[in-house]
Amino acid sequence: MFMIEMSEVYKTYPNGVSAINGISVKINKGEFVYVVGPSGAGKSTFIKMMYREEKPTKGSITVNGIQLSKLRNTKVPIFRRNLGVVFQDFKLLPTLTVYENVAFAMEVIEEHPKQIKKRVMEVLDLVGLKHKARMVPTELSGGEQQRVSIARSIVNSPQVVIADEPTGNLDPETSWEIMNILEEINNRGTTIVMATHNRDIVNNLKRRVIAIDNGKIVRDEQRGEYGYEY
Amino acid sequence: MSIRTVGRHFRESGKSLTRNGWMTFASVSAVTVTLLLVGVFFVIMMNLNHIAENIQKDVEIRVHLDPAADDHNKDLIGKKIEQISAVDTVAFSPKEKELTNLIDEMGEDGKTFELFEQDNPLNDVYVVKTKKPTDVVKTAKQIEKFQYVQSVKYGQGYVEKMFDVVNVARNIGIVLILGLLFTAMFLISNTIKITIVARRREIEIMRLVGATNSFIRWPFFLEGAWLGILGSILPIAFIAVAYSYIYDFASPRIKIKFVELLHFNPFIWQISLILLLIGAVIGVWGSLMSVRKFLKV
Repeated sequence: MFMIEMSEVYKTYPNGVSAINGISVKINKGEFVYVVGPSGAGKSTFIKMMYREEKPTKGSITVNGIQLSKLRNTKVPIFRRNLGVVFQDFKLLPTLTVYENVAFAMEVIEEHPKQIKKRVMEVLDLVGLKHKARMVPTELSGGEQQRVSIARSIVNSPQVVIADEPTGNLDPETSWEIMNILEEINNRGTTIVMATHNRDIVNNLKRRVIAIDNGKIVRDEQRGEYGYEY
Repeated sequence: MSIRTVGRHFRESGKSLTRNGWMTFASVSAVTVTLLLVGVFFVIMMNLNHIAENIQKDVEIRVHLDPAADDHNKDLIGKKIEQISAVDTVAFSPKEKELTNLIDEMGEDGKTFELFEQDNPLNDVYVVKTKKPTDVVKTAKQIEKFQYVQSVKYGQGYVEKMFDVVNVARNIGIVLILGLLFTAMFLISNTIKITIVARRREIEIMRLVGATNSFIRWPFFLEGAWLGILGSILPIAFIAVAYSYIYDFASPRIKIKFVELLHFNPFIWQISLILLLIGAVIGVWGSLMSVRKFLKV
């Protein structure tokens, strides 16, 4: 069974923009996939449909065995507990400490406090920020903030981590720190889908590359290259 | 939902009440003003209703018999009236008694009527009470058709007029109060809206990490309920104190038959509960309006 499977997916926004024009793709459990393509090619829509932020106009999407077109709105939160999402702008809560930011993801799904404490320290250790648990996000560098956000995305042990340009705001060196963590998470069996503009990373840490342009997959190769001139 | 979660929702709702201090104040004031007027209106309406009911309960049909009727006819009429299903009690009052009653009621002026004792111009009367006050008119019409019944009187006109006045007052009041309730609800909904906007990021993250919709909504419902309940405290206190004064002052001084105020004890609890409930309902409703619009869940 595939972790993520899309077949003949189309997406037209209410304003008439057609972002996705017939995409079929299969992503295996444990794969690491880059999604590349120029701005406005449909990368974001492609990614958003995976965590059901957007619904396709046509076609079917299955993630982790759940058919998203048949998923009722009220069941979306339960579905999301099986995936982690990481963004370019981190989306941390500025008033909470590092520890609280990560724990928040477990609190809102009503995990037991003992379990929360144990697990949060575990993931903070994984991203190397155990010693900064009591700091607030503004006291951290961009790379550290992104590590907190990754810690939060994996704290509930999801099957898939979806990252939308996680290195977009970071300098090259820090970007590699982030990639090392994502690789480590991937080595532990979590499927990772990452949209990126970072040629350096794609060409050096070789993984499957899905290139999207004009809402279609124009290239899909194992151990691929970035392959664009921008 | 675990107790821990309930605690969290209460904490969160309290937090935003204090964080949006001025909006909280504005909405609570709006609820206070609204409930104050609603409360006063209810007190007046419920007392008017009480008086109206007293009058209604006392409505009786007086059946005046034709002087030509002999004892046998009178008995027959009495039996026929008793057979009407809506009738509760029938009492015969001979014309001699009617005259004494009249003289008593007139007081000093009644003395002149004593002259009539020799030649009583009044009729024998059956005093009929119906089981339900609303059946009075129908029953009266029925009795009117009997033989040897000269006329039927049940205070036509007065009772109807009073109910008209009460009804008009009630309708005006209801319109006024609906307007006020709407205003209060609107203000509460705006307060909640500000809370939601302030928490936009938090909500976004909650949704991403899989918090259920009800988990996200609860603090807002509670916040709305708080606004309503806080707003009902002053009106309840004011009405309780004011009513007890008015009751103590007015009750012993009212000498008119039928007119009496509702007793302080059960009444003030009822009105407090009503105000509290209205407060909570408009609070939750107001919050529901903005939560629905903003969370799109």
